[in-house]
Amino acid sequence: MNKLQIFAKGFLKENPVFVLLLGMCPTLGVTTSAINGLGMGLATTFVLIMSNMVVSLVKDFIPDKVRIPSYIVIIASFVTIVELTMQAYAPSLFEALGIFIPLIVVNCIILGRAEAFASKNRAIDSILDGAGIGLGFAMALTILGAIREILGSGKFFGIDVYSGDGALIFVLAPGAFLVLGYLIALSNKLNKKLYKK
Amino acid sequence: MASKKESTFINMVLTLLIVTGIASATLGYVYELTKTPIEAAKLQKTLKAIANVTPAFDNNPSAEAYKLPVENDDSLVCYPAKKDGKLIGTAISTYTDAGFTERFFIMVGFAPDGSIINTAVLSHKETPGLGDKMDKNKSDWSNQVNGKNPANFELKVKKDGGDVDAITAATFTSRGFVDAIDRAYQAYMKGGKHE
Repeated sequence: MNKLQIFAKGFLKENPVFVLLLGMCPTLGVTTSAINGLGMGLATTFVLIMSNMVVSLVKDFIPDKVRIPSYIVIIASFVTIVELTMQAYAPSLFEALGIFIPLIVVNCIILGRAEAFASKNRAIDSILDGAGIGLGFAMALTILGAIREILGSGKFFGIDVYSGDGALIFVLAPGAFLVLGYLIALSNKLNKKLYKK
Repeated sequence: MASKKESTFINMVLTLLIVTGIASATLGYVYELTKTPIEAAKLQKTLKAIANVTPAFDNNPSAEAYKLPVENDDSLVCYPAKKDGKLIGTAISTYTDAGFTERFFIMVGFAPDGSIINTAVLSHKETPGLGDKMDKNKSDWSNQVNGKNPANFELKVKKDGGDVDAITAATFTSRGFVDAIDRAYQAYMKGGKHE
């Protein structure tokens, strides 16, 4: 697999949300609006790149039996760094995302990539993998958030699209499942077309 | 991977010790680094909230702040806003435990006679898209209490027999919001400065 493929696979072929179905809790929970999805996606991307890099650098020094606790400590540290930095220098963004940031620790995408990719590959590939998967995650969350926001509150990135309140169900949990289901179907169709051999 | 460390007891203990040690040191450093900006951002937010919930003032409300006792040994901080030495409003930082999640904090401005001037949410963990509509950035729901005097305006949601329209699908948050205002109002009428 060349470098471009490592990076690009996160968007469609191995999209964490639509194909791997990882990290469903933040996916369904935060995507009530496009900006929430985007912010969560980008914060996750940062953590994913950094943790992938560090895990691939230290992989040879960590005995197998304690690798999971070690990875979790590394991931949690980066999440806390993101949280503190955001609180200090971007308080308005922190306010919008505040409660979701600590949730990144339990996002299984991050531990999944550390375990499945970073612990077996070199640092540079791991960074690319983190960036690809992270941006794929951000893309999926933004699309999901945008659709739910338009249908549920009649807005797009906070700007009114049509007047009225929209269908409340799309802001609530059932709407998240409905939209996600249709998006997974769509991405399956796209993937079949693109990668048919 | 011949170079991989074996999972002996001493190796595992050492590894975990080193990993957690480095992590704590890094976090301590970042915490020290961001401490001042975070406090500044919080203070900025408080000041902005005070200005939002009181009429234009010319004193320094946080320098003249005083505390009002409430139940459970807690207390609310009051920021008196004055113009030409005369009290024109008091911003009270109040809280509630009646919300949907954990305790959240709002700032309420009272005129000297106890009527509500305006409110501002300080921090909360209510459900995004539902409960967070109490925040003025999300919706103007909370404006309905502005200008009302709790003496003749029942600070309860309509479901509980009060005068406040609850947020759709966020009755608990609405209950918490009016509970916070009521806590501040009771404390202000009991012990607050009115002139």
